[in-house]
Amino acid sequence: MTLKSLRMRTIIPALAIILLTISAFSSLAVGAGQEFPVPPPPFTEGIFPCSNCHASMEVNRKKRELKDEHTKIRMHHAETMRWCLDCHDAKNRDKLRLYNGELVSFTESHRLCGECHGNLYRDWRAGIHGKRTGYFMGTGKRTYLLCAHCHDPHEPKFKLIAPEPPPFRPTDKRNVK
Amino acid sequence: MSNKNYTRREFIRNLSVTALAGLSLPLLSSCSREEAEDFLQKHFLEMTGEEKERVIAKLERRYLEQYGRKFQISTQEALPETLWGYGLELSRCVGCRRCVYACANENNTSRYARQLHWIRVLRLKRGNLINLEDSEHYYAPETVPEKGFIYLPVQCQQCQNPPCVKVCPIHATWQEPDGIVVVDYNWCIGCRYCIAACPYKGRVFNWAEPNLPKDEVNPNVHYLGNRPRMKCAVEKCTFCIQRVRQGRYPACVEACPTGSRKFGNLLDPKSEIRYIIERKRVFRLREELNTESRFYYFFES
Repeated sequence: MTLKSLRMRTIIPALAIILLTISAFSSLAVGAGQEFPVPPPPFTEGIFPCSNCHASMEVNRKKRELKDEHTKIRMHHAETMRWCLDCHDAKNRDKLRLYNGELVSFTESHRLCGECHGNLYRDWRAGIHGKRTGYFMGTGKRTYLLCAHCHDPHEPKFKLIAPEPPPFRPTDKRNVK
Repeated sequence: MSNKNYTRREFIRNLSVTALAGLSLPLLSSCSREEAEDFLQKHFLEMTGEEKERVIAKLERRYLEQYGRKFQISTQEALPETLWGYGLELSRCVGCRRCVYACANENNTSRYARQLHWIRVLRLKRGNLINLEDSEHYYAPETVPEKGFIYLPVQCQQCQNPPCVKVCPIHATWQEPDGIVVVDYNWCIGCRYCIAACPYKGRVFNWAEPNLPKDEVNPNVHYLGNRPRMKCAVEKCTFCIQRVRQGRYPACVEACPTGSRKFGNLLDPKSEIRYIIERKRVFRLREELNTESRFYYFFES
């Protein structure tokens, strides 16, 4: 009886400590990896999961021109010093790879971009760089666009776009009855 | 001339005939009951809840007739602890005018004869930001942004000290507790003093009945915001009052393809607009006029 109660006496604090540490870590994790309600990443149709093709292929780390597949990708993103596998993980093609070897999914690609573009990432997390839509207050649905929704990661410079038509001049025919 | 003296009887008969004619004039004129009701409608701020409901029901019926759509007219009041502010990043704006048309679609502005826009995108020579007089807003290149130019979208700046409100002779326009300057379109008499007073050209006037195609109508409206207007009413940007009071971004913010447009609550230290004011190089248009606008332009870094 006494032995059992003694055991309980040690188990309960131990349990409490474990629970506390878990909760502390999980809260830390939430603090570091803030939650972002992002829409699905902008994949070319039918291209994901990458492992559909890549799982059965041998990894070729050599920098080369791609002639059979992915021919539409134009690499204009510090192309002289970059190669696919700097960002895409060689073993698990469905993931991206951070500097420290951590694998992140495409919905978290902002973490990868943020490794180089730190100041922009800071602004993006605050909602200044980039775009948010939906509700900014209350419980309504909100959407935070990923870096890749606006910038093609392989060719991030913004393309020129056609503007909407100018307003009618006061003398325009469409402006008078 | 005959020197006839009127008797008392004649005098009374003439007087009563004249009075009868005078009294029957308004009865005989073509003023229907509804028109009389419209004419006697009170100022929005002086209406009781019941009166508001009656006016809303009347408007909803009329809009259904006119546009064939069931309208939802909100009279939602300002949320407590809110003061809206707007941020626009000039180093990212490409002058594509997506905001202009998103605004028109959201806010039921007249599409043609005459076309009314609440946002005007000014094109300025790079390095010439101060001289707004040299700006151009009819620019139409194949693609934007053009080399050597920057773009400065201007809309109502929702001033804290609004000159337009000051000059209105009948208080048809006022500042709401959340900072939005609104117009009671029914109360407005169309004198256009406010248009003359606004240093930002933020207001436009319905010179004719607005032309709004039935299939382009947005039926989710606010009484003080985007409900369809009538001839002789002045209108302006309301920061999409019908959206922001529900915690939703304005239409122009959602339309911007470069994410240059930012919106938030100035009283919330965690809001996006506060982040901008505290960390970016911001300026307000024509600050020297002491309008204390709530529209902050800013640059990268």
